[in-house]
Formats: sequence, C-alpha cells, structure tokens
Amino acid sequence: MAEASGIETIKAVVEAKKSLPGALLPILHDIQDALGHVPSEAVPVIAAALNLSRAEVHGVISYYHHFRQHPAGHHVLRVCRAEACQSLGSEALADHAKATLGCDFHETTADGSFTLEPAYCLGQCACGPAMLIDDSEVHARLTPEKFDAIVAAKRGAE
Amino acid sequence: MTITVFVPRDSTALALGAESVAAAIVSEAARRGLDVNVVRNGSRGLFWLEPLVEVASPQGRIAFGPVTAADVASLFEAEFLTKPTHALCLGPTEEIPYLKQQQRLTFARVGIIDPLSIDDYLAHEGYLGLKAALSLTPAQIVQIVTDSGLRGRGGAAFPTGIKWKTVLGAAGDQKYVVCNADEGDSGTFSDRMVMEDDPFMLIEGMTIAGIGVGADRGYIYVRSEYPHAFAALNDAIATATAQGYLGDNILGSGKAFHLEARKAAGAYVCGEETAMLESLEGKRGIVRAKPPLPAIIGLFGKPTVINNVISLAAVPLILARGAAFYRDCGIGRSRGTLPFQLAGNIRYGGLVEIAFGPTLRQLLYDFGGGTHSGRNIRAVQVGGPLGAYMPESQFDTILDYEAFAAVGAVLGHGGLVVFDDSVDMAKQARYAMEFCALESCGKCTPCRIGSTRGVEVIDRIVAGKERPKQVHLLRDLCDTMLSGSLCAMGGMTPYPVLSALNHFPEDFGIAVEAKAA
Repeated sequence: MAEASGIETIKAVVEAKKSLPGALLPILHDIQDALGHVPSEAVPVIAAALNLSRAEVHGVISYYHHFRQHPAGHHVLRVCRAEACQSLGSEALADHAKATLGCDFHETTADGSFTLEPAYCLGQCACGPAMLIDDSEVHARLTPEKFDAIVAAKRGAE
Repeated sequence: MTITVFVPRDSTALALGAESVAAAIVSEAARRGLDVNVVRNGSRGLFWLEPLVEVASPQGRIAFGPVTAADVASLFEAEFLTKPTHALCLGPTEEIPYLKQQQRLTFARVGIIDPLSIDDYLAHEGYLGLKAALSLTPAQIVQIVTDSGLRGRGGAAFPTGIKWKTVLGAAGDQKYVVCNADEGDSGTFSDRMVMEDDPFMLIEGMTIAGIGVGADRGYIYVRSEYPHAFAALNDAIATATAQGYLGDNILGSGKAFHLEARKAAGAYVCGEETAMLESLEGKRGIVRAKPPLPAIIGLFGKPTVINNVISLAAVPLILARGAAFYRDCGIGRSRGTLPFQLAGNIRYGGLVEIAFGPTLRQLLYDFGGGTHSGRNIRAVQVGGPLGAYMPESQFDTILDYEAFAAVGAVLGHGGLVVFDDSVDMAKQARYAMEFCALESCGKCTPCRIGSTRGVEVIDRIVAGKERPKQVHLLRDLCDTMLSGSLCAMGGMTPYPVLSALNHFPEDFGIAVEAKAA
C-alpha cells in the first residue's frame, strides 16, 4: 500500500493537521489509517513540522499499543483477552487462534494474511469472547468454529 | 401503509449479525412488495436478545429476538409486521420485565431513537436541558448540578458540581471541557452505548458544562477500540454544528462552544485523567502528579473540567427537570441512577439502569439470571480491572458507593464481570498484576516495578515455593503499591489481587484452616 506514495501521504497528512492543538496523535492516526503503519521516514517530517525532537515523536509512536512501526498483514485481528471475555473462555479461543494461524500475538501469518493482536476490552462484555477486525468489524460470542469461519471467509474474499 | 421496523446499529448488535438481518429484511420486503421502512436504532441493552428487531404497531413496539438473517424469511412467512405469533416474538418491548423493572433516566432514549437523527432527539426531550441552561447564569447551572447530588460516574464518584465550581472560579480566559471516553475497563459498555446510541445527549451535556464553567472548547477522548462510537460522535457533532447547537453562537445566545472527538491509541492508563490530558496534548500518556488539579491547571495548562461520559450524559436531564428530580432517586450519598453493566459469564447480560439501593444479588440473579454456563457464580469483579473480586458472602452488599467501600470493594462505574465456579482466582490475581505491568505508564516505581515483581511472587505462591513467606511478601508489596503509587493504576491493582487472596485462598494453595489462623 505504502511504497512510492508513502512520503507524499505523510507530508499531506502533516500539512493538514499540524496546526491542531495537540496534533501528534491525530497525525499518527491518519498516517496509520492511510499506510497501515507509521513508517520511520514519517518521524523527521512530523518532528520538523511540530517543532519536536525525533526522539519525542518516536517515544509517542512506541508508547501507544495502537501504533505499529512495521506493516501488518492484510487483516488485523484483535482478540479480546480482558476479564469479561476470559470468563467466557477467551483464553482457549486465543490459543485456538494462535494454533490455527500459526502465529503468536503481535505476529503475522506466514502468508501475510493476518496479524494477531490482543485487545483489552472491545466493549462487548455481555457477549464475549469478542474480536475486532481491521478496526472496523466486531464479532461477539465467538467459538473456535465461528473464528475459523470468519478467517476462511476473509481468505476467500482475497 | 409503511410499517417501520427497527434493527439496532449498536456495535454489540452488529457483532451478532444485525447488519445482515437489516439487509435481509429490506430485500425480503422488496421481494414481497411490502412497504417497510427500516430504522437503525440504538440497542435497548438486552444483549442476550440481540439482534433485537422491533416492529412499530399502534400498541407500541413489538419485539422479536434474537433474530438471525436466516430467521427473516420465516418472520415474513408468519406476517410478523402485523401478527405477534412468530416463535421469536417477545411481545411489547416495554413489557419485557428486564426493561420494565429499570428506571431509565440517562438511557431513556437509548434503543428508541435513531441515534444520528437530531429530529428524533428533539422529539424525545432533547436539548431542553441546554435551553434551560441558556436562561441561567453559570453559577446557577453549577448550583443545580451540585444540588442534584451527581457524582462522577467514571468510578471515583467525586461530586460533579464541586468540580465545576472549581473551574468556574479558576482564573483564565481559556478553559476546557474534556470528556473521558476512554472506557478501557473490562465489563463496561455504558459509555460506548451513550456514544453510539444517543450521542447528542453527550454533546448537550458537554455544551451545558462549557456554558456552566465558561469554557468554549471541548474534547471527547474516545478509545481506538470503539470505531463505531467515534464515527457516531463525529456524525452527531457535524449535525449539531450545522444546526446551531454547537459553534460560535449557540441557538443565538451569543455563547460559543466547539467540540471535537479525539481518538486514543490503546493505552489503558490514558483513562487516568492526567495521562489523558498528556495524550490529548500529543505526548506519551504519562500520569501527572497532583496537585495541581486539572480543574486549575489542566489541558494545555488551562482550567479544565474532566468528566466521564455518563456524568455528562446525566446533565441534560438534570437541567431539564431540575435537581430535585434526580436527587430524589437513590440512597444515602449515592443519588440518582447508575447504569449497571452485567457482563462476563452471565445469562442475561446487558445494561440495567436503576437507582442506587438494591443489592448486588438482585442484579446478579433477578436481572442477570445467574451464569451463562449454568454453573454457580463464584466471584464477581465489580468496578473494572482495578476493582475487587467479591465472593458469594458479599452479594448482599447494597449498591451504594459507601457500602461497597465498607467491605473493601469498589462500585466504580457499575460494571460487573461474573465468573462461574470453574474460575481459578490465583490466575485472575496474576492477570491483574500482569495487566498492570503491561499498561503501567512507568512514571512511579511501585506500579512499574511492583507489578512485575507481583507476577513473580504469585507464580512462586502457586508453585508452593516458600509459600507463607511469599504471601507475606505479596501483602507487603500490595501495601507499597496501594500507598505509594501516583495514580489508581498501581494504587488499585492490589484490590483484585488481595480480594482474590483473601476470599479464595484455596486457589493459591493455601489451606482454608491456615487462612483462619
């Protein structure tokens, strides 16, 4: 997705948002939404525009779980592992997800289709276990079978 | 004749297939040549029935649920638009006991209106609070909120009116209202529901707060895990601005209030108010030392009112109907209602807004119906990941801030996570420390280091390595975290840990007789 247009996108986002009060998080969100991650070449551009040091910008990117510094798979699966989902077996579901996908949390499948991330509450606490896909699609009352069906459907759609 | 059918757009309903249900209803109606208008409402909060489809009738709305896309053809076959005969029919929605036995003040509109329709909002008592506020002085507004007895619904239960008064009295030409919508606690979804299902209520509450304290700018700090809430807020803010409810000249009053939703980035500790301010300023979410209070030196160094979503959402009704109306509900120093959230392993999970006063047991059994798994309830964590685990012997505690504090627990925001008797409480205690280690901002040592040492100590207890010594060490560590941490992250992690240890020692390998000794 990124490649050649990456730096142009970064510059455009920075230009559009730099005058907002407390602009750094909105800028990082827009860059990640557009490019799938916040590439290292974004750091000096942002730092210059916001009159921050590169260390400060890097510090913010690495502090927040949401921002990623490297590209993710085609789909990002965030499986909730907070207490309410635990009470309905989210740990077993996470183990199933890891085994099926062949990757651990914070890792991407060998074919680049999925990145598995833990989430700490998706607000679906009455209907756990829950999962958020690509920061837009929520699933609740998951079982290993439902998980497999969702993953298969995503693979089929590609 | 057009028949209106309601299919929720709340994210829990979506997570259970509401989108495909709505699509199936539209296409099946078209195929049969029926005139159906599908409205996407919020959720009633009866989540075990989602997707809950409602049909408007002269007798009120008739509920069907839980409906899957595969049920839609049979619903039409049974003429569900006019006949309450299908097996999924639940009768009139308002008569469902779970809903009927509630006292919905803040959630009065939720599930009824189309959340993004300002006309719907106006038709259901919307903006009456703001209109009342515009005819009052700031001091009068603050007095009404003080008199209502409203206390911070985010968990700390600090009187909202006192906070507002401090900001009103603070010197400065720029002040802010910040809504803490970083609802990161497991077992809570009431903030999410307000944002997704009745966003104008939050906007109105913040506008009143702005006028009350003299702030012309507000921010809503929303979790990145809540994409639907963020989208709904942005949509509603745009509508409110276009129609003169936000902006430079609110309803021609000459008063200004500008509002912006800001997306968080997945740091739990940013639910702590000073860490949230740092994050809004574009920094790492590191907790600030207090004092100074944010009410004096807050966002960008200016006086700032920080309230939780539910606190701000309660304000419009208080202004519209008066302080006494709200204050007359509740018990002791806990006035008004609290939207309790029944979560985890519970049969009838959902939102239960009632006045303070009943017992925890009534919530768990009368509303909740026991566990989802059908086993016995063993423990309930109330008030989020930093709240205590309560055993059966405490289920008769009254739902009241002070009553919970008296038994060493926290009522907090009223989120309940239920566990059945298969739970391993030592594991839950370990998780509490692990979560603290993961999410600690790192500024203070008790939290940053204590949490990591806490995981290790619990592991040694469970493994039986010098158990009595390690238990002593764990208690000592918890004492240090409780007294020495800068904020609730490290300061309250001992609540789940010690409550698990005290009430369920057998899970830590401690013989029950040793507990008595």
